[in-house]
Amino acid sequence: MGDSKELIAKRASEELGPDSIVNLGIGIPTLIPNYLDENQCELHTENGLLGVTSVEDEEVDPLRVNAGKLPVGESIGASYFHSADSFAMIRGGHVDVAILGALQVDSNGHVANWAIPGKDIIGVGGAMDLLVGAKKIIITTQHVSKDGSHKLVDECSYPITSTRVADMIITDLAVFEWKDDGYELIELMGDTELDEVREKTSFKFQLGEELQRSLSL
Amino acid sequence: MTKLIDASEAVSKVKSGDRIMVGGFGLIGSPLTLIDELTKREVKDLTVISNNVGEAGKGLGLLLDQGKLKKAIGSYFTSNREVAKWYNEGKLELELLPQGTFSEAIRAGGAGIGGFYTKTAVGTELASGKETKDIDGETYIFEKALKADVAFIRARKADRKGNLVFYKTARNFNPMMATAAKYVVVEVDEIVENGELSPEEIVTPHLYVDAIVKSQLILTKDGVREVG
Repeated sequence: MGDSKELIAKRASEELGPDSIVNLGIGIPTLIPNYLDENQCELHTENGLLGVTSVEDEEVDPLRVNAGKLPVGESIGASYFHSADSFAMIRGGHVDVAILGALQVDSNGHVANWAIPGKDIIGVGGAMDLLVGAKKIIITTQHVSKDGSHKLVDECSYPITSTRVADMIITDLAVFEWKDDGYELIELMGDTELDEVREKTSFKFQLGEELQRSLSL
Repeated sequence: MTKLIDASEAVSKVKSGDRIMVGGFGLIGSPLTLIDELTKREVKDLTVISNNVGEAGKGLGLLLDQGKLKKAIGSYFTSNREVAKWYNEGKLELELLPQGTFSEAIRAGGAGIGGFYTKTAVGTELASGKETKDIDGETYIFEKALKADVAFIRARKADRKGNLVFYKTARNFNPMMATAAKYVVVEVDEIVENGELSPEEIVTPHLYVDAIVKSQLILTKDGVREVG
């Protein structure tokens, strides 16, 4: 389980181009910094810091944290700002990529990642702002949930976070990209067979050209 | 007239039924001394406007435990597990807003703007009952500005005039809240003489600040501690 999360994080890190401004959600996205080269991208956290880095124990400052309230460091050239400015950056389209976890993603590209029906709905945080505002949305998630139920579904049964389409989904089994009106399977992770992905995915998807080529070899 | 007052005098401005803004992202950048002082006052039915209701038994969680809160407006109450209990027992109203909408609503409130249209939450449960409007082919929802009777905020330093500078991610909601309440009290770690802060580094100019209180409680690696 732990290894599959690392695999997802490593694959997601490859999507982050030079100088991109990136916001990482909680869960699997928090593992991504371990795979980033120095200066690969600039990390933004919505509680008010651009230039997030990891931090050594002796440098921990309880008043310098990320959105998950975990201690972080600051890069050279980092800046602090208040929450309204931070969300202006997000909603205003100044953040290039947001990498988020998900409970479900559906065939419309809709993401559910803030509330579970039947449980108390008492927190949303920045999830809705990030989904609506970041230029590119990458969802990182286990392909199926712990009880085996599908997370990539025809239509979300959990409350959706936004009507905005998620551009990419990276799981422990596969990578999907949104194309015009649905998801395209562009990669199989590791030794995964196509049949396993078909079996564990409820939404319909197309096969990407590259993948078709590699499968026909 | 000096803005420097005691915490007890500052919290005496809070009346039952008031709407009170409280800064902080959880306990980070939260005015812990002012909250602690407010636990000693006989006030009730407060509406608290804060990102969270502190943590269980800490920060604003203390006021929740005392039954002083009627309603909380914020974005992430999950950080205090007691909130769900009070809510389910019908003893606390909640108004949940996306964090960006919450912070912008406070900025608007302080800037004389009645409300604004945002794309955030369109098509979700949090948009139910809210006016929608199409602007240049995209759908937005209307969100009302937030204002308060009193704001309790925290800054790193103040000069005697009330100019403020903040510290790292303890800044969070504090600068906006300084603009959006009728009476604004800032709790600071350090008070310096006028002229010691560079005009360029001041984040909150003094005109927003009514009173300054020296902080007695700080958040350390080992939790909340009294200033030695």
